[in-house]
Amino acid sequence: MLQSIQDYFRQLAETNPSWNFIYIYDPVQTARVLDGLWMTIILSVVCVILSVVIGVVGALLQGSPRRWVRSVVQGYIQFFRNTPPLIQLLFFYFALGQFTPSYSPDGWLEVPIISNVGWAIISLSFFAGAFNVEIFRSGIEAVPESTKEASESLGMNRLQTYIYVVLPLAFRVSLPSLNNNLVNLVKTTTQAIVIAVPELLYQLVSIYNDYSTAQNACMVLMFLVYIVLVGILVLGMNRWERGMRIPGYGA
Amino acid sequence: MAESKWTPKEPMVSAKDVHKSFGDLEVLKGVSMDVMKGDCVCVIGPSGSGKSTYIRCINALNPIDSGSIEVEGQEVNDPHLDKLELRKKVGMVFQQYNLFPHKTALENIMMAPMRVLKEPKDEVETRARELIKKVRLEGKEDSFPGELSGGQQQRVAIARSLAMRPDVMLFDEVTAALDPETVKEVLVTIRDLAEEGMTCILVTHEMGFAREVANHIYFTDRGVIVEHGPPKTFFTKAKDPRTKEFLSQIL
Ligand SMILES: Nc1ncnc2c1ncn2[C@@H]1O[C@H](COP(=O)(O)OP(=O)(O)OP(=O)(O)O)[C@@H](O)[C@H]1O
Ligand SMILES: [Mg+2]
Repeated sequence: MLQSIQDYFRQLAETNPSWNFIYIYDPVQTARVLDGLWMTIILSVVCVILSVVIGVVGALLQGSPRRWVRSVVQGYIQFFRNTPPLIQLLFFYFALGQFTPSYSPDGWLEVPIISNVGWAIISLSFFAGAFNVEIFRSGIEAVPESTKEASESLGMNRLQTYIYVVLPLAFRVSLPSLNNNLVNLVKTTTQAIVIAVPELLYQLVSIYNDYSTAQNACMVLMFLVYIVLVGILVLGMNRWERGMRIPGYGA
Repeated sequence: MAESKWTPKEPMVSAKDVHKSFGDLEVLKGVSMDVMKGDCVCVIGPSGSGKSTYIRCINALNPIDSGSIEVEGQEVNDPHLDKLELRKKVGMVFQQYNLFPHKTALENIMMAPMRVLKEPKDEVETRARELIKKVRLEGKEDSFPGELSGGQQQRVAIARSLAMRPDVMLFDEVTAALDPETVKEVLVTIRDLAEEGMTCILVTHEMGFAREVANHIYFTDRGVIVEHGPPKTFFTKAKDPRTKEFLSQIL
């Protein structure tokens, strides 16, 4: 079965040189694609989780009574929201990367403690996190003052009111915007190519640099993978949204 | 915290010359009132006269500018006020119910006793089910607020306050958002409470209720108490022209 599919595409590449699906019949290229796919998935999952954590923490800090705390969060948001993520990646890896310590595992080569993958995760998480802070903050602001007062008049303190009343409500309000931002984040992971993170785009570009006839086939795969990856994310988020829906509440 | 030497012979709530401004607007201009244990007191008066502001001062939702409010001997106008201690003694019910929309009726009632009083869950649940019965909502334990009528929500709100076993209950126009048929079911609940000896302070426009259940009525206008007395004399022998005019409009 697999054999005949591979044969078909090998045949296709010979008759139609612009459609060389080399990664289907050449095991070396298949391995590169799978490595890239795996890296893309890791990058997406880790950044999604970290950016949500950053969003929640940032939104809480924005409610701080201390002005300087709010200013720091505000500065962070402005920086990451108003500059291109591509430049952020370059800046983190090439500029900040110079100042991080390195170590030598084999006694020969000096390796920085934060790899390019590490920098990509940090940079992309903070990028998406900046949007998440804003998203969660507007969710928190959507919780009516009167609901918080009811909680406080029952003797709950600020923190308890936050944990048991404000955040569960704010989270539900935030989910649709969060959904959008996380979709964006997953797509933005492709930009990690500029610091040579071996994710899917990097691998596919390498493949068609080696085999120029594979260019179209590589791009087709790229689209397909992202349609499926983002599709899974959106499906999951929608299911979550439905699961969190409160009977008789809101739209 | 100073040990309070309050005894039930003294007023449970004692307000003396309470002043409160919002910016330039002086809303309370020296309000005094004594409420004994077991009293049911109604506060009436035209819109904007400061009734809500006053009742919210009693559980420190609004801080007061000068004067004194003591609840069982605990001074509310104290920068080191232990709000938690105060709010354990004082229950409050709002015009707009302000239930937690993401919690069922039963969970709404259980939240504060579990989180604030740290009582064991099964004990709290038993009590919550009794309270549901008391406010005549058997069968609605697992309904969310959005699935309940206004009158039902308001009775859940009353049960939620009672679950903290307060010594005094504050009601701020709790029937104002209800349609005439459901007003009665809520008023019956409050009357039952008053008859059981719960100390109640109500802001209300329900003159029938005030006449029947209250043992003292206060008429406020523009931040002062114009006139007060037991219902018998208050409704028939009002002296102040402002009281007379208000009563003639409303009765
Ligand atoms: N948080 C606030 N900030 C500024 N002004 C306020 C605030 N709360 C109340 N006020 C003002 O104080 C005055 C008294 O308001 P309050 O709500 O106590 O009146 P009320 O007697 O309860 O009226 P109603 O019968 O309409 O409920 C009003 O003029 C109102 O605009
Ligand atoms: Mg009012």
